[in-house]
Amino acid sequence: MKQNRKTHICREEVEHVAWLAHIKLTEEEKNLFTEQFSRILDYFKKIDEADTDGVPPTYHVLDLVNIFREDKSGKSLPKKEVLKNAPRQEDGFFKSPRIV
Amino acid sequence: MSKADGTIKIGLEVHTQLTSLKSKLFCSCSSDYRGKEPNSVVCPVCLGLPGSLPVLNKKAVEYAVMAALAFNCKISKRMFFFRKNYYYPDLPKNFQITQYDKAGGVPLATNGYLYIGEQGKRKKIKISRIHLEEDPGRLVHLGPIDQSPYTLVDYNRSGIALLETVTEPDMNSPREARVFLQKLRSVLEHLGIFDGSLEGAMRCDANISLAGGTRVEVKNISSFKEVERALSFEIMRQKGLLERGVAVKRETRHWDATRRITVSLRTKEEEQDYRYFPEPDLVPIELSEEYINKVRSMMPELPDDRMKRFMSSYGLPRYDAGVLVSSKALADFFEECVKLYNKPKDISNWMMSDLLRYLYENNLELQESKITPEKLVEMIRLIDEDVISGKIAKRILPKIILTGKPPRKIVEEEGMMKITDRQVLSELIDRVFSENPKAVKDALVDEKAVHYLIGQLMKKTEGKADPSLAAKMVNEKLHSIKKKT
Ligand SMILES: [Zn+2]
Repeated sequence: MKQNRKTHICREEVEHVAWLAHIKLTEEEKNLFTEQFSRILDYFKKIDEADTDGVPPTYHVLDLVNIFREDKSGKSLPKKEVLKNAPRQEDGFFKSPRIV
Repeated sequence: MSKADGTIKIGLEVHTQLTSLKSKLFCSCSSDYRGKEPNSVVCPVCLGLPGSLPVLNKKAVEYAVMAALAFNCKISKRMFFFRKNYYYPDLPKNFQITQYDKAGGVPLATNGYLYIGEQGKRKKIKISRIHLEEDPGRLVHLGPIDQSPYTLVDYNRSGIALLETVTEPDMNSPREARVFLQKLRSVLEHLGIFDGSLEGAMRCDANISLAGGTRVEVKNISSFKEVERALSFEIMRQKGLLERGVAVKRETRHWDATRRITVSLRTKEEEQDYRYFPEPDLVPIELSEEYINKVRSMMPELPDDRMKRFMSSYGLPRYDAGVLVSSKALADFFEECVKLYNKPKDISNWMMSDLLRYLYENNLELQESKITPEKLVEMIRLIDEDVISGKIAKRILPKIILTGKPPRKIVEEEGMMKITDRQVLSELIDRVFSENPKAVKDALVDEKAVHYLIGQLMKKTEGKADPSLAAKMVNEKLHSIKKKT
């Protein structure tokens, strides 16, 4: 049964996820996360045990549709507020490391 | 290269901003962000601040449905938004709210098509899907992107409503791709939901493959003027590889408009890396048959119908009518002119030949030029009133386009009125004859030399001599010489 098979996340997968998030990991962290990722996924595998035959997928938990707003423009945030939490800024821009 | 070639297959993914909206897709920030101070048109929603919730713009859905109908698409009855996750400074939330056609996702509409007209032939370009999504922010780099010490981010554009249109790889040349984009633009402009003359309002990615090669994606084509250039370069690059027996790599490349080349992006991101999942902050959308019919009843005249009307009401040839409706601005301009002066064929001819050629050669949009329907009509009237010759009109048209000066004023200031005064012409002819005795002798027996003499007269008058009168008088004079001898 596939439900019972242990997940094995390899080191390369951890490195790839870190790359996607633009996060640098130390060697120790890589070892730690390789083991933890597998455990987290195993934990969630419990959900696989539920019998979902014939149950349509749920895309939203609320029983609502078509919540709209009219196309009216309103006030934006004052500039001081906008940049208040920005650790780095320049001439009204947010400043970020170059990512290429 | 510009010839349609069955061995080249091009598909497009076009992003067009719904520029007629007053607010953004999920928040009430103004959509009028161009030329504004950086980060001055933003709010917690489009900045992705924690705790903020998006609410969908009703009009954006209506506009997208209009586009879907105009593209002959099948509209989905029920759909959701999805999160596309990636970490890049232009996305403040680290995900983009978009729609997805896998994992149970349904785009707004599928299976449509548009016809493009090329050299009198009609060609169907299939549209696989269209959907709504939010525009990312704008990144500013100091100098070339790979040498900039850091990135500056302006989120004013973040959250602007985008319509994404994905075609099948039905185009066989860069020119067809450009013509398709023009058609798409014209249709959206006729719907009144889009203004393609706005900077950055239309951007596209292209996928392209050659026979015996692999599919390559070209990203960052920033305008429909660029698409032909970018694709032509990419075809040349791939052909070069294939000719040398080198395999074309399946990859994503970036169009560098400054250097006019495509460069490999070396991206390691694949579709599964976007970890698409349903957006929990937005509820599903259901579009009833009744709603769709209501939108359908509000649809304005579209380019294909307008072309037919131009042919039947104004007697224009199919080709001319097709060129005029390829841009809403051009078609509107034409009809404005006809309202002012009921000479549709003359107006169309001037627009099709000299006006369009000038705009094309100078890479100008009609809206960017200074000519107005009033001014073009005034110029045509000057010809009809025998004030200027057609030749002079050809010379002043670029001046009208560039300066917007009234044609009559240009003609007066530069003394370009047609010379119809027999006395004046007769004196000039005398001078031409005395300066060219040999040509006069030849002209008595040789038709070619007669033309030479008329040409000399036109030269002396800088093209202002009434051409038919000039020819008549030169012949008369030759005749009288012949009699004397
Ligand atoms: Zn906002």
